[in-house]
Amino acid sequence: MLDFPRWKTIGISIILLLGILFSIPSFLPEKTVNNLPSFLQAKVNLGLDLAGGSHLLLEADIADLRKTQLANMEKTVRTAMRGESGPDDDIAIGELSTAGGKISFLVRDLAKLDAARERLFSETRGTQQQMGQRDWNITVIDSTRIVMTPTGAGQAEAVKNAMDTARDIIDKRVNALGTREPTIIREGDDRVVVQVPGLQDPAALKELIGKTARLEFRMVDTNADPNEAAAGRVPVGSEIVPYAVGEGNGAAFEVLRRQVMISGEQLINAQQSYDPQSNQPVVSIRFDSGGSATFAKVTAQNVGKRFAMVLDGKVLSAPSINEPILGGSAQISGSFSVASANALAISLRSGALPVKMTVVEERTVTPELGADSIRKGAIAGIIATVSVLVLMLVVYGRFGVYACVALIFNVFLIIAVMAAFNATLTLPGIAGFVLTIGAAVDANVLINERIREELKRGRRPFQAVELGYTEASRAIFDANVTNVIAASLMFWFGSGPIKGFAVVLTIGIVTSVFTAVTVTRMFVAHWLRTKRPTAINI
Amino acid sequence: MRLLKLVPDDTNIDFLRWRKVASAMSIILVVISIALVAVRGLNLGIDFVGGQSVRVEFTQDMPPIDEIREKVGDIGLGEATIQQFGSDKAVSIRTALPDGGKATAERAGQQLVAGLNKAFPTAKTGSVETVSGKVSEELLRTGAISLALAMLGISIYIWVRFEWQFGVGALGRLFHEVALTFGFFAVTQIQFDLNSVAALLTIVGYSLNDTIVVYDRIRENLKKYRKMDIIPLLNLSINETLSRTVMTSVAMLLALGMLLIFGPDVIFGFTAAILLGVFVGTYSSILMSTPILVWLKVGPHSFVPRTTAGIEGGERVERKDDGAVV
Repeated sequence: MLDFPRWKTIGISIILLLGILFSIPSFLPEKTVNNLPSFLQAKVNLGLDLAGGSHLLLEADIADLRKTQLANMEKTVRTAMRGESGPDDDIAIGELSTAGGKISFLVRDLAKLDAARERLFSETRGTQQQMGQRDWNITVIDSTRIVMTPTGAGQAEAVKNAMDTARDIIDKRVNALGTREPTIIREGDDRVVVQVPGLQDPAALKELIGKTARLEFRMVDTNADPNEAAAGRVPVGSEIVPYAVGEGNGAAFEVLRRQVMISGEQLINAQQSYDPQSNQPVVSIRFDSGGSATFAKVTAQNVGKRFAMVLDGKVLSAPSINEPILGGSAQISGSFSVASANALAISLRSGALPVKMTVVEERTVTPELGADSIRKGAIAGIIATVSVLVLMLVVYGRFGVYACVALIFNVFLIIAVMAAFNATLTLPGIAGFVLTIGAAVDANVLINERIREELKRGRRPFQAVELGYTEASRAIFDANVTNVIAASLMFWFGSGPIKGFAVVLTIGIVTSVFTAVTVTRMFVAHWLRTKRPTAINI
Repeated sequence: MRLLKLVPDDTNIDFLRWRKVASAMSIILVVISIALVAVRGLNLGIDFVGGQSVRVEFTQDMPPIDEIREKVGDIGLGEATIQQFGSDKAVSIRTALPDGGKATAERAGQQLVAGLNKAFPTAKTGSVETVSGKVSEELLRTGAISLALAMLGISIYIWVRFEWQFGVGALGRLFHEVALTFGFFAVTQIQFDLNSVAALLTIVGYSLNDTIVVYDRIRENLKKYRKMDIIPLLNLSINETLSRTVMTSVAMLLALGMLLIFGPDVIFGFTAAILLGVFVGTYSSILMSTPILVWLKVGPHSFVPRTTAGIEGGERVERKDDGAVV
């Protein structure tokens, strides 16, 4: 056991040297690290509680997504029934309803029932068709009515697609803020985590990603009687749309045509700018060629009437069309500040979120507080480590020195492994660090106490040391396995702070056992072999 | 060089003589802790009840808590919980979410921060946290699950590695430690949040570490001294591991004490809880986890492999007669 072959010594030394080498970048400022060779670029990330910044947890409104899904399918049904080759191809339908999350409608010409079903079949095959999974089930009841029910697989697929798109869009929006290294990841089925380090004010961030940014241009229904509308009665094909907070100059709503003239998908650019007349911040937008053509056509047909700009189901403004707008560009006006106009421009550029997202958790730490925590945490960590080192020296003498050297190597190894795995150091992580040091000390205490005991029983130094290591190893092994069990459970089930703690603990347990048992044994073995002491002072 | 010995050599203290008193005391403390949690309740942080929390640092002298409370009340967000951080000029102010919102933390925080900036123009807000009711319910659930699973998983491991009595002993001890820590949080009203769960898990891990060291020695001695009565054998095992128990505890208390004094106030509660856990753990190692084994009737038979029991008779030797020169 105390027999240390040369290759083993070399192997251990290489690991220790690598540990020191890879932990160095984490102590250096960012600028210096950037000049290092690429394999030395990895360093320990600081958690938001230490670096300062914002953590947002966003949750998708699944009910909203289902509603959109249903509305889209309703549109698909209407288009499909209209037929491709002119009026002869139309299938007349009626009593279309979307109640209860299903689409149900009557086919007026019974002879065309099968044809109707056939058309819908090809529209609802879904992406999982090889597996025999359809997005919608289509059934016929009373031989006249077609009922379409979304399948579980179809809904799950829709959620998944929407979340992937939402993540990408949020990514675009956050990156447009120009902050460094934001993290945007999906979590669970319907959540997205956004972490932006170094951000002082999360209000702008929330403004930016909290908006769905579904933009629509729709005509104002001039035939609607305002008194009737106030009572909730509007002409067929129109609906009441409320004004956004602070808009409308006292008017609470507009009656708009249901049909959407142009939507946000037809934008190619959006920029914050100023209205030439009022000097108010506005958002200038440009349509793509299709959008430009539609916009020109509709405005030419409706001079003197009004159209409305609708954002996320709220009217921003409803200006009159004074003349046809031909250039394909427009201004969205409303009571904007420069910041909110800019945020809207970014949101419009990145596209609409496929589903409404709400912030369900927010944690923001200012960089000053983070820096303060780091400084105090580091000072406390150093003082704690030094006092433990002194205790070990005073109690175990030479063996204490070995333990101390191993302990210092342990600190470097933990940092190196964390850097290699790109792990994040959080405040609870620092506490985990201290605990690991405790575990490493305990391993050495166990070994050294055992050696003392064996010496007291009258064993010779070689034998005592050998027995000390073998007998203590059993307890050290069991104790550390239980800690790994606890740490991995923390990692799986815990969230945020608990996870940060578990990461450091797990890494630390492995390195502690290595340094406290293997490395010290190497030192002791070397000493015993070269000096051949007849008595040990421990 | 003369080395320091925290525990004199060859102690022979009859620890188990006090086992009834110690057990009675432990049971009383556990009952008191549970009662305290039930009556006084825990000061649950927003992680577990939802709401918003803002840390405010005062650049000049901190105004009295009552004044802060009054001014926060004026913001109109309902009853606020105000807590001072360590010795710093900083407080944490906690209120419910503005619209009692279960689903959203959207605009929360902003109103409180704006109100605070108006009331205390020189103060700085260091951190803002909002957690919606839905998320806090999940955090509470996952926190409870990870704690329960950690305790169970560890006990099962000990059962597999040792014997069932040891597993039960470990579980009993863990329950004792966790209950006392909850009692500590109830008494001090230190905020109980996700960090506190991490602290509890640490205490669980540390406790186990200790238990295993003592149990390992008991197992070793049970195999070595087959004819020794169980109580002297347990006493012997405790005494043999005493210097290690004390040394490790002193090292841990030293490290945690430094963290408590010099560390950032943000982890004060966390460190304090672990410190208490280590203290209780030291006591438990000696007077709590071992007596359980007496009641569960652990004896040499617990480790005799059933088929080879007769053959290994050679090991039936008395203490200090194991071949070593005394």
